Amino acid sequence: MTATLTPVKKRSALTKGQLPKSAPYLVLGIALVLGAAILALIGFNALGWGLVSAIIFAIGLVGWSAAVEGSRRAKDKLATCLVVGAFLVALLPLFSVIWTVLVNGLPGLLDPGFLTTSMNGVTGSFDNKSVEEGAPVLGGIFHALIGTLLITVLATIISVPVGLLTAVYLVEYGNDRPLARAITFFVDVMTGIPSIVAGLFAAAFFFAVVGPGTKTGAVAAVALSVLMIPVVVRSSEEMLKIVPNELREAAYALGVRKWRTILKVVIPTAISGIASGVTLAIARVIGETAPILVTAGFATSINYNVFGGWMASLPTFIYTQILNPTSPSNPDPSSQRAWGAALVLIILVMVLNLGARLIARMFAPKTGR
Amino acid sequence: MTTTSLTKSRGAGRAGDKVFSAATLAAGCLILAVLFGVALFLLIQAFPALVASPDEIQGGKGFVSYIWPIVIGTLIAAVIALVIATPVAIGVALFISHFAPRRLASGLGYVIDLLAAIPSVVYGAWGAAFLAKEISPAYNWLASNMGWLPIFQGPASATGKTILTAGIVLSVMILPIITSLSREIFLQTPKLHEEAALALGATRWEMIRMAVLPFGRPGVISAVMLGLGRALGETMAVALVLSSGALTASLIQSGNQTIAAEIALNFPEASGLKVNTLIAAGLVLFVITLGVNMIARLIITRHKEFSGAN
Repeated sequence: MTATLTPVKKRSALTKGQLPKSAPYLVLGIALVLGAAILALIGFNALGWGLVSAIIFAIGLVGWSAAVEGSRRAKDKLATCLVVGAFLVALLPLFSVIWTVLVNGLPGLLDPGFLTTSMNGVTGSFDNKSVEEGAPVLGGIFHALIGTLLITVLATIISVPVGLLTAVYLVEYGNDRPLARAITFFVDVMTGIPSIVAGLFAAAFFFAVVGPGTKTGAVAAVALSVLMIPVVVRSSEEMLKIVPNELREAAYALGVRKWRTILKVVIPTAISGIASGVTLAIARVIGETAPILVTAGFATSINYNVFGGWMASLPTFIYTQILNPTSPSNPDPSSQRAWGAALVLIILVMVLNLGARLIARMFAPKTGR
Repeated sequence: MTTTSLTKSRGAGRAGDKVFSAATLAAGCLILAVLFGVALFLLIQAFPALVASPDEIQGGKGFVSYIWPIVIGTLIAAVIALVIATPVAIGVALFISHFAPRRLASGLGYVIDLLAAIPSVVYGAWGAAFLAKEISPAYNWLASNMGWLPIFQGPASATGKTILTAGIVLSVMILPIITSLSREIFLQTPKLHEEAALALGATRWEMIRMAVLPFGRPGVISAVMLGLGRALGETMAVALVLSSGALTASLIQSGNQTIAAEIALNFPEASGLKVNTLIAAGLVLFVITLGVNMIARLIITRHKEFSGAN
């Protein structure tokens, strides 16, 4: 009697003809082992192991699925494998770049005086000495840091008022007029201007207005502004658009003028988004190389004057140290300095990006409910 | 007292309104003027090179024969970048919009956006110091096994600093642009279309093919064109990675050059007519990218109007 009541383990009709839930893990395990075995035969490396295992995994899972579930499910599985594979492939360069910069950049960054000295007076003979006799690598990026800082600050001072006012025009005064539409369209087109063309424009403008061969930090700041303004306009416009209309109407109902409403109600409400947008725009232009290369030249000494003389910046410093090492016969110290500067630049950009996110979160207006 | 403050504020307020709206209008017009100015000043400075006698231009055969090999080189590099980046970017966008667990999706999107945050000169340095070295065995393999194809004709470059390497670096740089725009478009697919497809028994892939991809096609096309615009104008990746030379069909030999890299490499030391020649090259690049970007933006704007999404 009890024997007849023993439940018979039978798969439900609903899950019949499907792979068990553990199927992907099972196939993954087999694929990893097989991949390791194959790679052991031809010489092991991590990238090859991942690649071979992924291919075995995809073939195994899709094949099994085709046998059990039919071709439609198998196609679905194949698509999933490809999409996940695409994501993993996209991560590879990210990690590779960050790893390369960390490994190569740390020795340069940890060099004493790297952040506090310039390249003034550092010649090839010092580099030769450091390679041949093990003397410490001289020279640093202080002049480039100062240049990057001054040029970026000047570009921000130019771009933020222009960009913010334009965004205000588009949202508050534009009313979808032809002019507003044209501005929106051309701002979008401007985001696509190649950075080197922006640099050439600034150079051509100052060549024509001030005199041929004018290369200063200010020219570079103008070039960067051309790249920065559209970004500021777009992000500020988005932020101003989401300010609730009730706030404006409440202010108008109290008899407040439109310009005071905008300055005292609309912009303060959107300020967190605007600030984070500006920070992201700074992060974008701080790493630009080409426009500075054609507008500010490259200096080896400290220059605090953006309106006179050539100016160094972090990106151009990296570029010149790689392309024209200080000592052509011993490029190693130069490439160490270049990687150190690259690490500093990446840290700056990442801090700005994180900062933008923090600003957006911390100062976000309480939307209620 | 109330009346005086009201009357006082009226005059100031009215003037303030006028000044403020005029200021915003001026800022908007300034942007249009800048874009116009870019074209104008490039044209002014490029003019001497365009009218100079052929033997004064670098190469001695006139501006056209100077510019066309590097225009072709620019297009080759951009096409390589697009061919690699487009499928991967669409895959990543689909992964984030429809495959990844909801809670992870925005974080994963941020990770991909980090790719866009890395400065171009760092990509260039990475491409020159790491990628070129690692990839040159693959070029040797291609040269010996696929050498009958003109694009893989050997002997492969020993340093790996070829137009193909530059194209790969470019593809990494344009990937986040294509991804983020496609992702936005895919997320806008009407939920009802997706659910209808699933309710009819479609698998997830069939649902994507029936509902998501047809809806997103114009957006993806314009995203790819924006990526193309970026790839055409990108300077550092090519300037640092490619060891340039004359126009060659083989992608795995050193050779070829792009407009942007040509300008960056030569402008700092240029003088006289050479400056004008390089600015003229920049003008050509500007016109090409402007055309590509305007077409992409027009597609997006049209798509916005009839889809009702904004």
